[in-house]
Amino acid sequence: MSDPTPAYLLFHTSNHAFRAEKLLGARQLAVKLVPVPRHLSSDCGVCLRLAPDARHAAAEALAGTGVELAGVHPPL
Amino acid sequence: MSGCSTVYLDNAATSWPKPPVVVDAVVRALTEVGGNPGRAGHARSIAAGRLVDAAREAVAEFFGANDPLRVVFGANVTEALNLALCGLLRPGDHVVTSSIEHNSMMRPLRQLESEGVALTVVACAADGSLDPAQVLAALRPETRLVALSQASNVAGTLLPVAEIGRRLRACTLAQPLLLVDSAASAGIVPIDIERDAIDLLAFTGHKSLLGPTGTGGLILGRRVDPAQLRPLKRGGTGSLSEQEEQPRFLPDAFESGTLNVAGLAGLDAGLRWLLAQDHAALRQQHDANTRRLIDGLAAIPGVTLHGPRDPARQVDIVSFTLAGLSCSEAGFRLDEEFGVECRIGLHCAPAAHRTLGTFPEGTIRFAPGLFTPSEGLEMAIDAVARLARSAHV
Repeated sequence: MSDPTPAYLLFHTSNHAFRAEKLLGARQLAVKLVPVPRHLSSDCGVCLRLAPDARHAAAEALAGTGVELAGVHPPL
Repeated sequence: MSGCSTVYLDNAATSWPKPPVVVDAVVRALTEVGGNPGRAGHARSIAAGRLVDAAREAVAEFFGANDPLRVVFGANVTEALNLALCGLLRPGDHVVTSSIEHNSMMRPLRQLESEGVALTVVACAADGSLDPAQVLAALRPETRLVALSQASNVAGTLLPVAEIGRRLRACTLAQPLLLVDSAASAGIVPIDIERDAIDLLAFTGHKSLLGPTGTGGLILGRRVDPAQLRPLKRGGTGSLSEQEEQPRFLPDAFESGTLNVAGLAGLDAGLRWLLAQDHAALRQQHDANTRRLIDGLAAIPGVTLHGPRDPARQVDIVSFTLAGLSCSEAGFRLDEEFGVECRIGLHCAPAAHRTLGTFPEGTIRFAPGLFTPSEGLEMAIDAVARLARSAHV
């Protein structure tokens, strides 16, 4: 990752996180499923960690797929 | 396989045996994966979630659905049909179905009818076939849904759901959604919900999709607005846990409670196994089994076949009655004396038997599967011939 501070894609449901992992992986975007950091949400599920400079490309890749982003940190 | 002592001809109830990869997947899910999908962020929960997602993707691929998130998992096709029917229909709506339906369709429809939903049951012919024009003629401006099986679970008869779907899309009087019960057809007849203009596809995992029991679901086509569908159940989804209201997004809106992860892993394996096969060869085998049973049974004096008697017009389900012998006695003796395992009676489908003229006695149903050995079919035909002779002594 080009930035030591990672970025996160948050989802309303882990079902969407798993879908996003698959879809973004198919686009050669490096993402990793991790527990949602407590400072971002009280949710007990998972989110995707990625390089900050990949946030825009990831959000664009998920547009129109049915996967709903609940948040991007840091915000786009 | 030669010299088999029993033959399993109840694949229309549930397929057996399963491909070894299905068994392996279930065992692996239980022994190596564990975890509750979507309920935590630890490795086992994530692994379980990936199993479920893989199954969702396999179902979508198998049925031509564009978005795996529109695959809603449940326990079986009955649950899926209840979700579609009870979730969509309101008093004042009109729904059209056929006279060949299973009770998983008819019972929720009759309940809804008692609550103010208007129901039209279009009569099928005596072999179970359905004229699309009669379905179209039954439409009203307030018709919300056309709900049909793709194949009869009693006679195997194929219904022209794709033709009906395409004609419904062109209809100007009403714009009903098409719900298809694929319990008896999925895995045998190719289904593509886009090509076949199916809006809601209810499926079960444990029949010709070769998965374990306790798996099934409903696919929501792109014309279906999930907000118009009331959930059958509400509860924990692992998402939006801070809220006491049900999530509205797919698939969580309709998937409360822990899913059957091991079962879905098995279903995924069954679907992947099917996708890797030569579909034409599989269909050929289904048709060959059907042809052999039709020809073998039709040649026995005292046997009456019920259904199309044509593999091109049915799935591999063959129903018959035997003169001089009740279905229950025949079924008992086929099992006890000849090792032929089949299903007799009404097959949870009284409407279908009324249509076929076999109500209330029912029929003897032979349903071979992909793994039924040809010797087994010969054994079953020979057993029926012996029973027929004994009935006429």
